[in-house]
Amino acid sequence: MSDRLVLATKKGTLIFDRKNGRWTPRAISHPGIAVSYAAADPRDGTLWACMDNAHWGPALMRSKDDGATWEDASRIVYPKGARYIEQLIPDPKAMEEAGKPVTYKQAALMKVWALGFAGKDQPGVIHAGTLPGGLFTTRDAGETWELNRPLWNHPSRGGDLFAGEATSKNEWGGTPAAMAYGDFVPGIHSVTVDPRDSNHFYVAISSAGVLETRDGGKSWSGRNKGMLNDYLPQGEADWGHDPHFVTLCPAQPDRLWQQNHCGIFTSENGAAQWKRVSQPDVDVHFGFPIAADAKDPRTAWVVPLRSDQERMAISGGLVVARTSDGGASWQSFREGLPQEHCYDVIYRHSLDVSGDRLCFGTTTGNAYVSEDRGETWRCLGNTLPPIHSVRFA
Amino acid sequence: MAQVTFTKHLKRFFPTLKDSEQVGGTTVREVLDDLDKLYPGFSGYVVDELGRLRRHVNIFVRQEPIYDREELSDKVGEADEVFIVQALSGG
Repeated sequence: MSDRLVLATKKGTLIFDRKNGRWTPRAISHPGIAVSYAAADPRDGTLWACMDNAHWGPALMRSKDDGATWEDASRIVYPKGARYIEQLIPDPKAMEEAGKPVTYKQAALMKVWALGFAGKDQPGVIHAGTLPGGLFTTRDAGETWELNRPLWNHPSRGGDLFAGEATSKNEWGGTPAAMAYGDFVPGIHSVTVDPRDSNHFYVAISSAGVLETRDGGKSWSGRNKGMLNDYLPQGEADWGHDPHFVTLCPAQPDRLWQQNHCGIFTSENGAAQWKRVSQPDVDVHFGFPIAADAKDPRTAWVVPLRSDQERMAISGGLVVARTSDGGASWQSFREGLPQEHCYDVIYRHSLDVSGDRLCFGTTTGNAYVSEDRGETWRCLGNTLPPIHSVRFA
Repeated sequence: MAQVTFTKHLKRFFPTLKDSEQVGGTTVREVLDDLDKLYPGFSGYVVDELGRLRRHVNIFVRQEPIYDREELSDKVGEADEVFIVQALSGG
């Protein structure tokens, strides 16, 4: 179990250390700067923080001395010619203009949304999921980053737009999370690497779905069979899904878990087939994060919210739900969590598990930790900045 | 040479940044190119990878905000003062 937590917040990076049973925060790193995601590279302990600096742009910083000092990593840069098909912003006026000719935009980095670390078989390899929907990979621990062109040029996204006009239909929708950056574009928020083979990994995109590569990113296939969505006419379409977060069980990596806009889904065969394991209009259904147990493929945790329309704590109280039977049933835990006047939202990267420990953080600056597999909770802080990610490190 | 004055907030990322700097260049773009030579990585803070001025950054030449935020083609004279500041935003 990890004794260290790294929180990315709207006002910097917060590190908590556990000593003698108590979690204590250090002085904040990057004070005043929004950080979209922060995590430790499990291979060498390097801390990474994704700056989401409203003034000076998105940037990556790393610390090789446990957070004492930070340095700039190279900036992620979209290459010239990396275009995407402009999408209609989902408002009534834009919808009236549906049918307008295809237009293109040159991509520029808006935000690094998530990092995915390869295993020990690929030292120095880190993947970065970004808005507007590009996956970047470094093979030298952040000295240089390269756009994954096979994914950028995937037929589901219109084909090779470096070469010219679209040759296929764009199936990738935008995410409302991009609207703050001035455009309605897709975002890669999950990069899930198979611990058996770092050439095998998944990405999840809002709003498109899940794609898989088995050759280190040279080729990609959609993996959305069995997915259901409730907001499109064709509920079982190949694309158009809105995964909120995708993770897997490290001990049995063919078991994946997905918290989706339209419920909780799991797969027992490496995303070849998904199955919905939640019911609409029941408390455990909508939410953003999901965490998988390291050993037991049947165990996962979610922090559910009240419906996609409200996106608020259920009945004004915080609840964490756990399944121990592959999603057939969910047990809710509330002990130690406030049960009145809660308006917290828990973002997709703001729940993590390490052994029997769990931690989650909220948009209203609350963080809670459990030492008993989510059954009881203790408050880490009520006056923290809005929390964007929580990771054991 | 133009005299460039910076917001003090940039010192956080470039601790050796002076309060102002004399640089060459006849356009805002060229001024930034010169600054990038003095402080490697500087322009990445001010413009995005397409060379556009970041949304919450302003550059003033002769006390007027620059017109061309895309190409940064505004002219800079020998005796001009250039201010690089961050726009007000956030909370």
